[in-house]
Amino acid sequence: MSTTTPTAAEPTTPVGKAADYLDQRTKVGVLTKQLVRKVFPDHWSFMLGEIALFSFVVLLISGVFLTMFFEPSMALVHYENEHPASMQGQLMSVAFASTLDMSFEVRGGLLMRQIHHWSALVFMAGIVVHMMRVFFTGAFRKPRELNWLVGTMLMILGLLAGFSGYSLPDDVLSGNGLRIADGVIKSIPIIGSYTSYFVFGGEFPGEHIIPRLFTVHILLIPALLLALIGVHLFLMVLNKHTQYPGSGRTDKNVVGYPAVPVFATKMAGNFFIIFGVLALMGGTMAINNVWNYGPYDPSPVGAGAQPDWYMLFLEGSLRLMPGQTEIVIAGYTLSLNVLVPAVIIPGLLFTFLFVYPFIEAKVTGDKREHHVLDRPRNVPTRTGLGVAFLTAFIILALAGSNDLIATHFDMSINAITWAFRILFFVGPWFAFWITKRICLGLQRKDRELVLHGHETGRIVRFANGEYIEVHRPLDEHERWLRVNYEAHAPLEIEPATDARGVRRRGYKADRRWQRLSRFFFEDRVEPVTPSELEAAHSHGEHDELEPSHGSPELVSGSRSVEQEH
Amino acid sequence: MKALAARRHHRFAPVVLLLLALLVTGGVYAALAPSPAQADTASTEDIETGKKLFQANCATCHGPNAEGTTEAPSLVGVGAAAVDFQVSTGRMPMQMSGPQAAAKPPQMDEEQTAALAAYVASLGPGPAIPTDEQVDAAEGDAAEGMALFRTNCAMCHNAVGAGGALSEGKYAPALLETSDRNIYQAMLTGPQSMPVFNDATLTPKEKRHIIAYVAEQRDGSAGGLSLGNLGPVSEGLWAWIVGLGLIIGAAVWIGAKSS
Repeated sequence: MSTTTPTAAEPTTPVGKAADYLDQRTKVGVLTKQLVRKVFPDHWSFMLGEIALFSFVVLLISGVFLTMFFEPSMALVHYENEHPASMQGQLMSVAFASTLDMSFEVRGGLLMRQIHHWSALVFMAGIVVHMMRVFFTGAFRKPRELNWLVGTMLMILGLLAGFSGYSLPDDVLSGNGLRIADGVIKSIPIIGSYTSYFVFGGEFPGEHIIPRLFTVHILLIPALLLALIGVHLFLMVLNKHTQYPGSGRTDKNVVGYPAVPVFATKMAGNFFIIFGVLALMGGTMAINNVWNYGPYDPSPVGAGAQPDWYMLFLEGSLRLMPGQTEIVIAGYTLSLNVLVPAVIIPGLLFTFLFVYPFIEAKVTGDKREHHVLDRPRNVPTRTGLGVAFLTAFIILALAGSNDLIATHFDMSINAITWAFRILFFVGPWFAFWITKRICLGLQRKDRELVLHGHETGRIVRFANGEYIEVHRPLDEHERWLRVNYEAHAPLEIEPATDARGVRRRGYKADRRWQRLSRFFFEDRVEPVTPSELEAAHSHGEHDELEPSHGSPELVSGSRSVEQEH
Repeated sequence: MKALAARRHHRFAPVVLLLLALLVTGGVYAALAPSPAQADTASTEDIETGKKLFQANCATCHGPNAEGTTEAPSLVGVGAAAVDFQVSTGRMPMQMSGPQAAAKPPQMDEEQTAALAAYVASLGPGPAIPTDEQVDAAEGDAAEGMALFRTNCAMCHNAVGAGGALSEGKYAPALLETSDRNIYQAMLTGPQSMPVFNDATLTPKEKRHIIAYVAEQRDGSAGGLSLGNLGPVSEGLWAWIVGLGLIIGAAVWIGAKSS
């Protein structure tokens, strides 16, 4: 086998030799070749997930630095350092003292703390905007439902990571947050008080919660996050990335750029931009100045005590709930005033996120794979539901800031609270209705464009005195974008009885799904079919110049949708 | 000097000279003019002036002899400190009725304020205007002040005194612009919704510690821009606006380069 003359394929450079050495032993070349040639579609909104991913990398880097100096202990000490002046000689926990120490005595410590905190806020914001993109474009459809679940889990883990980290410095503000968490745990019937004692190792605040949160924050949650991010990215590569609709893009291809050099370069560039922005924020904008809040002590609460933004919806939910709903049954207190806003409402919101892909799959009856994204207007009910969900979330977050709204806009906090109580129930419905109407309107506009073309603004007068405006037909690419979607019709179900009049099992469940399906797809605008287009153009030049006033194909069930003409 | 001499016949030379002369005159006047005296003992003349001012500006609500009406409380015994606080911050005379009297540019000058304070103080004994030494932030200890502020003030005024909301449109104002003297007077007299922190609750020394802590906050944050000192809500807002704004802007730019 051995030859004295090297073949042309044999590497000559040191790098080449090293790569060949590795490849002969691990077959890494096969994998690399695949990954290098992997095609990714290009769109700015596909980089929203990268915001979360890269802020997480920054979180890991800055977090490792912080663990070198943070001491998770609730033992009490007197603070002896010179800075900050307002803390000299104060009695505080070692955790709080080490947070001050790393901020004022460790070189670059405050910068790292602030980068870490800003990254956490941007990490959660990145997750939210990424989820919005995935939801509104229908990227959660088959085969990506599982990845949606993984993503939702990542979001919840992100919340927990944020909350556990926020509580570590043991300052008054985060201590109040922990007290709320304690209250929420205690509001759970029967197991509540036992669970609280279990979590805090005795009565709140005890001496164990900071070390426990530390383990959760730097070991448990990051490990889970890393593992799930691995799964998330693996599934993304395995399922291939989705792409926006456009000419030449189908469920069977991926139009984009190869990973190396184009996509990898863009990704690396994006990483450095994100790192840069976070470092800039950490360097110039103060965040969570714990020495202003002081070491934790269960008695004081400062005005404007709020959690970080991603937990603000919970705070708002608690602030909106009337207090009279606490009831006592046979000597046992049922704190509905805490249980409903802090457990049931977030539970409902998260359940919606977890089950939505499966509900939509069921009501469409669609079992095919989808790799081309939906334009949000083409699925009006989904878009409406998404906006309604966001509206509820934003109203709760605003309610959590009701005191700041009151002081900054000179309003009564009581009036604001009542307005939000009503808005929480009315707002999402209104948002749903108006969004759905806008989507249907946009779809009708698309139909109009496809059938009659662009207005050119050119007015022609005929010899007989008639004026018409000339319309320019759409080119193929424009038309493809506007006709290449599917308007699902409500589910058709089998009749209640078979041919021999025997009642069919499961009919009632089918009826329920059908009713839900009607809610989704009763109002819809069908895409222009080739025959319709043919008909619109068949009258030749005349028809193109003179748009007919035939109604667009707006299909409607029992309720009629108003026609635009 | 040569350049100056060459220009002495310039047609703007008289104007420049006139401006210089005005500047010098004004400067000398400002330096030498007697500052409005803060008379330690109120003269009867002051009280008379104060009474007239009171009847012209305050009597409609507080009654002709400050005995109070259904609209406003009696001022007998509130002392000079309360008057000085309310009038020098512009809260009184009140701009308009509302949940609480808002601070505005003061309507009375220092002399008139002193006269009003003297008049009201003459109606009955009450807390006097604190001396400069009593409110000197440099004499206080910010660390002691921080602990006192946290337990007594922060629940309404926010941890660093950025202000907070109370019920029904009332509010605890921000303290970052408030003068040290006014902070002391507010603790002493408990204006509007604020409780009175008399010398038994917070000794004059402790009041000075609190002033020292608030004064320290005016230097800003060690961490950079303080973003209004409003805590996590404003931080979240900035994370979305600056952080996500810049990053998404960059993503659009990266995405736009190819297509």
